[in-house]
Amino acid sequence: MATPVLTMVDAIRQAMEQEMQRDKNVVIIGEDVGYDGGVFRATKGLIEKFGKERVMDSPLAESGIIGTSIGMAVAGLRPIAEIQFSGFIYPAFEQIISHATRMRTRTRGKFSCPMVIRAPAAGRVHAFEHHSESMEAIYAHIQGLKVVIPSTPHDAKGLLISAIRDPDPVLFLEPIKLYHGAKGEVPEQPYTILIGKANIVKKGNDLTLISWGVMMPICRDATEQAKSLGIDIELIDLRTISPLDSQTLVESAKKTGRVVVVHEGPKNCGVGAEISAQITEKALLSLKAPIKRVTGFDVIYPLYKLENYYGPQLPQIMKAIEEVMHF
Amino acid sequence: MVKKRGEKTSTCSPTYLQQGKFMIPKLSYISIMDKEGTIKNQKLFKQLKLKKEQIKDFYKTMVLARAFDTKALNLQKQGRSGAFTSCKGQEGCQIPAVANLKETDWLVPSFRENAALIARRMPLVNLFLYWGGDERGSHPREDRYKQNNLPIAIPVGTHLLHAVGISMASKIRKEKEPSVTMTFFGDGATSEGDFSEALNFAGVFKTPTVFVCQNNQWAISLPVSKQTASSSIAQKAIAFGFEGIQVDGNDVFAVYHATKYAVEKARSKEGNGGPTLIECVTYRMGDHSTADMASVYRPIGEAQCMEQFDPILRLEKYMKKKKMITDAEINSVEEQSKQQVEKAVEAYENIEPAPLEDIFNYTYAELTEPLKEQRDYLLALYVGEERKKNPIIEKIEGGFP
Repeated sequence: MATPVLTMVDAIRQAMEQEMQRDKNVVIIGEDVGYDGGVFRATKGLIEKFGKERVMDSPLAESGIIGTSIGMAVAGLRPIAEIQFSGFIYPAFEQIISHATRMRTRTRGKFSCPMVIRAPAAGRVHAFEHHSESMEAIYAHIQGLKVVIPSTPHDAKGLLISAIRDPDPVLFLEPIKLYHGAKGEVPEQPYTILIGKANIVKKGNDLTLISWGVMMPICRDATEQAKSLGIDIELIDLRTISPLDSQTLVESAKKTGRVVVVHEGPKNCGVGAEISAQITEKALLSLKAPIKRVTGFDVIYPLYKLENYYGPQLPQIMKAIEEVMHF
Repeated sequence: MVKKRGEKTSTCSPTYLQQGKFMIPKLSYISIMDKEGTIKNQKLFKQLKLKKEQIKDFYKTMVLARAFDTKALNLQKQGRSGAFTSCKGQEGCQIPAVANLKETDWLVPSFRENAALIARRMPLVNLFLYWGGDERGSHPREDRYKQNNLPIAIPVGTHLLHAVGISMASKIRKEKEPSVTMTFFGDGATSEGDFSEALNFAGVFKTPTVFVCQNNQWAISLPVSKQTASSSIAQKAIAFGFEGIQVDGNDVFAVYHATKYAVEKARSKEGNGGPTLIECVTYRMGDHSTADMASVYRPIGEAQCMEQFDPILRLEKYMKKKKMITDAEINSVEEQSKQQVEKAVEAYENIEPAPLEDIFNYTYAELTEPLKEQRDYLLALYVGEERKKNPIIEKIEGGFP
């Protein structure tokens, strides 16, 4: 039987539905996640299936959603907290940084917070202000948190199931553009994908191209285009921002000697900076050129008329690849 | 099968937008015993059905908590412990309140609840360890310690949401007799956004939560009159659709009455009794913390004047009147408490330091690859005897007061 083809949002919903079926402790809480099914329909049909006690429409309060999820997690549930847009997490930032991620350390393992915070993220969707940010670097700096960003429906399902089963808090950032923009084969049966492990999407020998999330489709195009220029790219999808799989990145860099990192978020202290530092610390003498970052600019994310100038586009990535190749 | 709202017919009527009806939840004030230890409200007192042993137990625990408090302040002054927040004067709010909890109920404390934790049988050595800068103090390791206490929460007001979340879990699980969650906070916390979010969630989800606000009049230097324009904190419950009770927080019987009522209500029928906000009107007899000097901002003589309201003194007067305790017994309770505290200090000061890799071991359930790398790096810096010396314990210049 052929593997079903799903969009990313369908894959995300399927992951939650299967996990809720498997484990009655898995619950969902968030704004409009119940009768509305979520503004992106990620929880569509779940309240009908699991009832309003397990799919909770919360008051409009992000700190409340994540703060109560911490309590639920401590008491043995496995909450999935949906924040309607990642740009609205900030009222709950204190709950994440001061509580969810510290509970295990502060109690020397007596209590912990196995919870997932799901939030639509990243831009290129002509949205309102505050609805288009790629701020994953902020969260990578938080100790005790895991940060995961899928780029395909297949990865979204496997990574989300892993996140729900993870014993620690996981921030799961879902690229809005890929909710319906990414389609792909998704096995019906539940499966997991290891958090903390990068995915070598395509092996290659000339240059390592590292990216994740919303930038992956463009990086695939860049890989194809480079092939026509005779450049054999090793394309890596980071999948997990934190903890960083520096081993895979360093090994690849040692092999190719050339690295380009692409991310939508701002350049200053971005995840690309950490990747560059890790590779430089561990593989400097293998490098044949400086590591190049192609990123969003250090400016406020523009409203959509100027949006296309903000994040990396294919020509910028190609230019970076050629510069690194011909250094 | 839940019927979608989008499939139901609207009940829209001409009065749909014309409300003007206000449902005001109940507000009450409870005081049972005056400052001379005389029972003023016999009816309420009799309802408590308190046995002499229970009253004695309140007293002993209060004296023990005070002895702990005094010792912890001294240790800090002598450089034998870290910064500390005293709960002197608030024992009367905490000890009778948690007396209503079962082991499996939850206590979600802030940083001024040492007395509540002591009443929950938290070993004193754990408290000394925690305030002495050792995370191992935060929860007893012993399997026999069943009490569900969340660790002390330092950020103000944020922990109220955890209490509500725990209560939500208890309802979702449909526990036959739901566990009750009691959380403590001060008057300052009521200005934080999370206070409102917590009370709002508790009201909407009708959770079995007991919110105990210890209005001790001062949030560091800010008097409660500058904290809120409300004439009470109890009345803030109205906005969230549930009951508020104000009590004399230095009257153990009044506190016991209000919290007993709230806990029983919360526990009733799958927790559907819902939440209660209890404001214990009390007084912070000490500084905010060892880093604070209240004499800078408090009126001269206020703290001394308030000593007459000391909850321990008040209960002592009651017990003496009722011939429940003699001066000799009072001395003996105080002496025993001091000894118990000294024993705990000895255990605290003689405990093996935690191994340095402990700072890595609880960040995640399993060490991540980057953390393994960092741990190995640290271990390589401290080899052999070096590893046993903890450079941080040494007295430092410019340390936190």
